[in-house]
Amino acid sequence: MFVLVVGGGKVGYYLAKELIDSGHEVAVMEKDPTRARQIADEIGSIVIARDGCEGKYLAEAGSNRADVVAAVTGDDEDNLVICQMAKHHFDVPRTIARVNNPKNEALFRHLGVDELISPTRMILGSIEQDIPVHELLHLATLGEGELELIEAHLQPGSPAIGRAPRDLDIPDGCSLFAVIRDGLATPLRPETILREGDKVIAIGKQECEAMLHGQLIGDPEAAAVR
Amino acid sequence: MKIVIVGCGRVGASAAEAWDAAGHEVVVLDMATSAFERLPSTFKGTAIRGDGTDEDVLRRAGVAGADVLLALTEGDNRNVMSAQLAVEALDVAKVIAKVNDPLRASAYSELGIATLCRTGLMLDAVNEYLGMPKSGLPGMLAPTGQHHGGDHHLETSRTSAPATEAARGAAVEA
Repeated sequence: MFVLVVGGGKVGYYLAKELIDSGHEVAVMEKDPTRARQIADEIGSIVIARDGCEGKYLAEAGSNRADVVAAVTGDDEDNLVICQMAKHHFDVPRTIARVNNPKNEALFRHLGVDELISPTRMILGSIEQDIPVHELLHLATLGEGELELIEAHLQPGSPAIGRAPRDLDIPDGCSLFAVIRDGLATPLRPETILREGDKVIAIGKQECEAMLHGQLIGDPEAAAVR
Repeated sequence: MKIVIVGCGRVGASAAEAWDAAGHEVVVLDMATSAFERLPSTFKGTAIRGDGTDEDVLRRAGVAGADVLLALTEGDNRNVMSAQLAVEALDVAKVIAKVNDPLRASAYSELGIATLCRTGLMLDAVNEYLGMPKSGLPGMLAPTGQHHGGDHHLETSRTSAPATEAARGAAVEA
């Protein structure tokens, strides 16, 4: 596979190194000549000291034959434009963007970027896993970004305690499929009676979140989209 | 009309001054408050310090539902992103992004964003004066394609209600 990496910072550099080690053809574009020279000393002449946002240089780097373009600069606007140019102008089959501001994820997805990596979101996710929260916890985004894997920690006051999933009003397009109880994960059956302290794992569309919140946590008005 | 200008450089400030004087509701954004010194003391619009590629900032500035957004910063990509946020997430009717890279300028006009390419505009102005043939580079390009959202825009759960107040509070006296 030919992978064009745009942005030769830490992420781009290690990404390129790993890809080379796995036997892929790689080119790295880095606009800062000093940085470009520095990484070229390490990984060789595959480094192109040009701005990957510039259409002309993107063409010269062979983006029209790239299988993947990974835009990993520190600037969201650059990563967006690199991916859009790659996708719509150079017909690159797969585009991947690093997103720093998690709020930009929806826009990027909407504008056709195939895959998003958000370090901010990931770190946030792991911090939230350590803090007991009364809200729904996002574990992962699935599919084209429409589906969320969600964990709900049943705290006192949850309307689901003492009831079974079949008695709950679970929105369409959403499924409760497992429960973590006493450190063990078990499939959640329609008749399983939920207890305080249970962690219910659900998959559902983003729109179902407010309803799920109401059913499993209580107080739907407090539903926070994270 | 409600017009938002992102980037208060010479062009942005001149446009703001002219449209404000013509009675339009003008909002100017720039990352540096010093840029607002370019606005005349008679400017009656709003000047807000902030990043025009940040959706929250745009919302606080009351960009949602504006008639026009003109993105004129020094960064082609920032302009493209502001314009796309405005059209996809903030329901702005007409957006124009300054894109000085001719290739990007034509690519984005095909993606539904009107673009303004200084490279082509200046070169052709010079060509005309010298009696040379046109450069063939893009100048002001109307959008030819559909923007990505098509008819359905991004759905956002946030509301803009309390935003305007806050933006007013942060407004810089021009």
